[in-house]
Amino acid sequence: MPKDPSIKKVLVIGSGPIIIGQAAEFDYSGTQACRALKAEGIETVLLNSNPATIMTDPNVADHVYIEPMKVSVVERIIEKEKPDAILPNLGGQMGLNISMELARNGFLDKSGVRLLACKPDTIDRAEDRQLFKDTMEKLHQPIIPSKVVEDLDSAMEFAREIGYPVIVRPAFTMGGTGGGICETPQKLHEIATNGLRLSPIHQILVEKCISGWKEIEYEVMRDHKGNVITVCNMENLDPVGIHTGDSVVVAPSQTLSDHEYQMLRTAALDIISELGIEGGCNCQFALKPDSFDYAVIEVNPRVSRSSALASKATGYPIAKVATKIAIGYTLDEITNDVTGETCACFEPALDYVVVKYPKWPFDKFVYADKSLGTQMMATGEIMAIGNSFEAAMMKAVSSIELGMDTLTLADFEKLSTPEIIEHLHVQDSERVFCVYEALKRGVDHKIIHKITKIDHWFLDKMQHLADLETGLANGELTKEKYLEAKKYGFQDKTICRLAKVPTVPVQNCRAGFKMVDTCAAEFAARTPYFYSTHDGDNEAADFIAERSDPNKKKILVFGSGPIRIGQGIEFDYCSVHAVWTLKENGCEAVLVNNNPETVSTDFDTGDRLYFDPLTPESVDDIIATEKPDGCVVQFGGQTAIKLARHMEEIGLPILGTPADAIDEAEDRERFDELLERCGIPRAEGRTVYTLTEALKAAEEVGYPVLMRPSYVLGGQNMIVAYSSADVTEYMGVITAHVDMSHPVLMDKYIYGTECEVDAICDGTDFLIPGIMEQVERTGVHSGDSICCYPPQHLSKKVIDTLVDYTGRFARELHVVGLVNVQYAVQNEKVYVIEVNPRSSRTVPYISKVTGVPMVDLAVRCTLGEKLADMGYGTGLFPNADYVAVKVPVFSFEKLHGVDTMLGPEMKSTGEVLGIDRSFHGALLKGMIGAGYEYKKPGPGSCCIISVKDSDKHEVTDIAWKLHDYGYKLYGTAGTCAWLNSQMIPCSLVRQVSGARPNMVDLLESGLVDYIISTSAKGRDPSRDSVKFRRKATELSIPCITAIDTARVLVDTLRSGHDLDTLELVDISTLHRKR
Amino acid sequence: MNAYLLLSNGMVLQGESIGCTGTTVGEVVFATGMVGFQETLTDPSYYGQIITQTYPLIGNYGMNSQDYESPKIWAKGYIVREACKTPSNFRCEKTLDAFLKENNTIGIEGVDTRRLTRIIREKGVMNGAITTEFDPQGESERKTALLAEINAYAVVNAVKAVSCTEMRTYNPGGKYHVALMDYGCKANIVRCLEKRGCRVTVMPGTATPEEVMAIHPDGLMLSNGPGDPAENTQIIANIAKMLDTGIPTFGICLGHQLTALAAGAKTCKLKYGHRGGNQPVTHESGARTYITSQNHGYAVMGETLPESVGHVSYVNANDKTCEGMDYTRWNCKTVQFHPEASGGPKDCEFLFDEFISRIAAAKGVTPDA
Repeated sequence: MPKDPSIKKVLVIGSGPIIIGQAAEFDYSGTQACRALKAEGIETVLLNSNPATIMTDPNVADHVYIEPMKVSVVERIIEKEKPDAILPNLGGQMGLNISMELARNGFLDKSGVRLLACKPDTIDRAEDRQLFKDTMEKLHQPIIPSKVVEDLDSAMEFAREIGYPVIVRPAFTMGGTGGGICETPQKLHEIATNGLRLSPIHQILVEKCISGWKEIEYEVMRDHKGNVITVCNMENLDPVGIHTGDSVVVAPSQTLSDHEYQMLRTAALDIISELGIEGGCNCQFALKPDSFDYAVIEVNPRVSRSSALASKATGYPIAKVATKIAIGYTLDEITNDVTGETCACFEPALDYVVVKYPKWPFDKFVYADKSLGTQMMATGEIMAIGNSFEAAMMKAVSSIELGMDTLTLADFEKLSTPEIIEHLHVQDSERVFCVYEALKRGVDHKIIHKITKIDHWFLDKMQHLADLETGLANGELTKEKYLEAKKYGFQDKTICRLAKVPTVPVQNCRAGFKMVDTCAAEFAARTPYFYSTHDGDNEAADFIAERSDPNKKKILVFGSGPIRIGQGIEFDYCSVHAVWTLKENGCEAVLVNNNPETVSTDFDTGDRLYFDPLTPESVDDIIATEKPDGCVVQFGGQTAIKLARHMEEIGLPILGTPADAIDEAEDRERFDELLERCGIPRAEGRTVYTLTEALKAAEEVGYPVLMRPSYVLGGQNMIVAYSSADVTEYMGVITAHVDMSHPVLMDKYIYGTECEVDAICDGTDFLIPGIMEQVERTGVHSGDSICCYPPQHLSKKVIDTLVDYTGRFARELHVVGLVNVQYAVQNEKVYVIEVNPRSSRTVPYISKVTGVPMVDLAVRCTLGEKLADMGYGTGLFPNADYVAVKVPVFSFEKLHGVDTMLGPEMKSTGEVLGIDRSFHGALLKGMIGAGYEYKKPGPGSCCIISVKDSDKHEVTDIAWKLHDYGYKLYGTAGTCAWLNSQMIPCSLVRQVSGARPNMVDLLESGLVDYIISTSAKGRDPSRDSVKFRRKATELSIPCITAIDTARVLVDTLRSGHDLDTLELVDISTLHRKR
Repeated sequence: MNAYLLLSNGMVLQGESIGCTGTTVGEVVFATGMVGFQETLTDPSYYGQIITQTYPLIGNYGMNSQDYESPKIWAKGYIVREACKTPSNFRCEKTLDAFLKENNTIGIEGVDTRRLTRIIREKGVMNGAITTEFDPQGESERKTALLAEINAYAVVNAVKAVSCTEMRTYNPGGKYHVALMDYGCKANIVRCLEKRGCRVTVMPGTATPEEVMAIHPDGLMLSNGPGDPAENTQIIANIAKMLDTGIPTFGICLGHQLTALAAGAKTCKLKYGHRGGNQPVTHESGARTYITSQNHGYAVMGETLPESVGHVSYVNANDKTCEGMDYTRWNCKTVQFHPEASGGPKDCEFLFDEFISRIAAAKGVTPDA
């Protein structure tokens, strides 16, 4: 049956902010869904609170709501837009949960809205632990001995029955939040208590731990006729026990014979058929390595992270096909886009190996617990394609941006072999490297396997890499040795370094490119999707010769690599828009990226896609084949910017701002000169190398001072030091973690309002779509601040100065394209914090709320157009009618041991936007969107306040307002005494380490609605204040760590706004020209 | 040791020797399955052919004694990108290389199999040779001689070459007696029938109708097999005779093609065939499309089957070629694809159940649930 004609308007629900366990993959799937619906002539309505996404672009969906993802909001959107149906299965767990709630509460029936693709019953059978168990039993599918429990005692009793270790999995949480492996009753007590609380239905599964079994996944699809296919299967390098999101994953499976492959494939198809899913589904299995015993671990009845990976790994557009199925098509009616001829009802055949490697935030969080388990920790991932496992693995390590180009991690080289063997027991983010070091030392594979349970096949392949690496370091570098190393993925620079030679034996040994075509070359494909190999064959060159238009300019666009803290989905938004604009303006846009979760790596985004590392050598190979006219680096974040210098060296023109401008903005001395030329003041600063110098400099400029290593951007390892003790601690940490040939920068810390300006420049004129004011004063990283457009508290004079300064920078740096400037305003005086001559985190947000398509205009500037001719004017663009507040979202629940205290180092993983006519309305929407619950004080409700001395004056008013609102207040000793002295009733609560009852008991009482905790001395996780905040995070109690955040929260609470009465804003109507 | 692949168009691809050394000539085909290399290697339908695996890493899980589809390798040669020297699987008994050596099979690794596949896709299947004896790039005389041999090569008398010569019975206590005509039968067809309670008597492909009927079978199974179906004129005539008795019959692959020829239809050679585990076939009703395992270089031209005899039951969803026939004249259904899988998806095993119910109906008994 073809498309259902009764479906004319569809509501698509996105996945909300980026958090660990729910990243860019849902922007990719949601965008693909919206475009597929549009192509069918269906009107689309989109809800997603995340403004950094491509799906929330007015040219992706017809009506776009960037509103809190709440059931009541969806109900109001449905009442307003009157869609015929909801598409719930492409927006991750968030979209699914909301849709299920609407189905359950009867709203969908009442309003006559259909739920496409799945039934609540289906979802329950996949996600409710008991129903899932019953369904599997009905299908005779083995599952692991387990029991669903709703209280701690039953959990403990069942564990006694089946024996330890056991795994706890909370129901209806995403990314395994709150779960874990418990070796002892004590551990079970802790994890089960937490899991019960985190599960929205207070249900956990306690199951027998089968760690060590192979973990295998199948991505399957089904239509309403019952046609079923598997798109891809995948094997985790790490056996069961480590969350698949944290595992190195290969596709297809490598160690399964046809017997095992088909056994699990049939099981997956039986499961999707029994559940009656129409669309995509992910089935995870555990397979005993020494028999055919297996168990179904999990079924995700929706498009997932794994399906994004499977899509990119095979070329099969799962989200698009799932969407078409949802609106009535069947698999046999859908054409395989890749070949353009064959049928989508088939199973992709791969003729290459795919390796997925997770990107963890541990390089940012020095104190975080790096160990891996059943709860996902990675913020993003990369994918690498090679024609051997070795080559794919080598591409993977150079794509994860840890500064590595082989699997050798310097820290492990220092350990003795017994220490290495001992360290193999540590199941953390560096284990693959530890295994590699053991292999290099010649440790018996049996020993490694016994400890890690990593299959011998993987060990043998990694041994091959280890042998190649050792071989390069020993003896003469012959041509044969060189070519062998190249074939398995070693870069020239790596080979030179290892072999200690200045040049390689073969000059210009360039890679060729093979096509990802879903069918192992069985059919001629027309997808321009390539990966590099050293086979000599070059399908990309053939493709270019046949299909590329020689009259068009060819421009390379570098993507932003894996999603990580500080470089998120917003840069994919910018890259994709750059590509679109280049294409619209008569160029051929060629994309290079390695992130499987993104829209940029969809094969139909660019004119051609190279799925390869963003390293100079890898890019050189692409340039040799493409012979582009130029490249664009300013839209792909730091990853792309890092390539600018290399592009200049090889002489490939960079469109827009010259590479030197980046250096000028980053190099401290040159930046000082720039400021002088521009006549712009900045805070006094010093460059120091030693503790003595640091202490002296701090005295000279006066405390507080901002300290950071000179070479890192993005607030990494940045602190505000208030005293000599802080300086001493910081210098100690930094010398332990950073090469001290780079100095430490120390600046007078300006405590004031932080503002951010993004501008588009054409070399002469500039356009500022909007100025943003941050709620938190300087000291909190701009990415972690609540940010408001248009500014609410800046004088005309300050705004004029901001515009003036931004213009000066643009001209002096010869910016053509985008520039981002951060300012601090103190007593009406404007200081510059930093200038980034590139796109920034705020570009998508400001583009959407002002209606100025910033990337589009910037790209056109780089192509030579003038702002004056673009219809948006120059200077400061008039303010929009709405206030838009960006609120950061953190993933602290997943990151154990990380202090939730905000500071100059960025910690948020994502953001949401609130849009309203009033500031407080917008803020309320933003805060709710970010997960804050707006509670009204009930009987016994209380708030805890614990602030540092410098905040005490300001907290008085906040505390009074909370008290006045009806909350009982508790404070730690100093804060309590202060508030009492200000005639505010407040009771004393003992700190975490104090005698019971203390803070812990109060937190666990369930009566605490809000916490204000700003006391911070150091980041050591053993401190009371850190423990207190961690405990609050684990209990999901909102914990505010900046006094400014506390103030706006309290003001919003008392503003009388109610989410249910605030206007819903369709931002597609905001677009206008001046 | 170096090995060379010489194609009939004169192209040479260099690689390294695996398995035995020497020179072998055959028809070069490609198979797209990502798993199941052991089943592929031992499938008699590959008789006379040199198999190219499109998946680059072959032999990862090694060879085991349970997954053979026949006791030996029938293919003339084996081309892989990388043959795994250190396989890993709990059932692994030996490496791919050792197995090739045991079977005196010449193989080559280190070949850009994707490039080779693209050549075959564009030019069609072509003959070729693997040699370890000389470098065709250097020795033009020997190359010319080998090319002559390559161009003269044709797969002939294939069924006779692979079929058993003596009758053999499996599962003697089985409820239904099935005569399985061995035209190059895969072991899993026997297993699929045994599993469904059949007593299976495997007959030589050349057995006469009288010999077959003499064992009083309840059903007739026509197996898969190699070569050009049209060359088997006697077997085709035999099939017509046996089917005229009204015996419930099920044909797979070559069995399907031979039955169609017996019914008056024509077969043709496909440009590069279907070999893999991902081929979609749609039932005539349009109700379902199944993912099937396939291995065939010839196909029945569906439109040539006289309407009075039967009709096309399954069609390939990609190239619309005939994938199955339902006969009205006879109690017979045949499919081009492999419901017995091994390797490949098992989604169409229900066709065996359907066969059993026809046997049961003919016998007047109720099949077991």
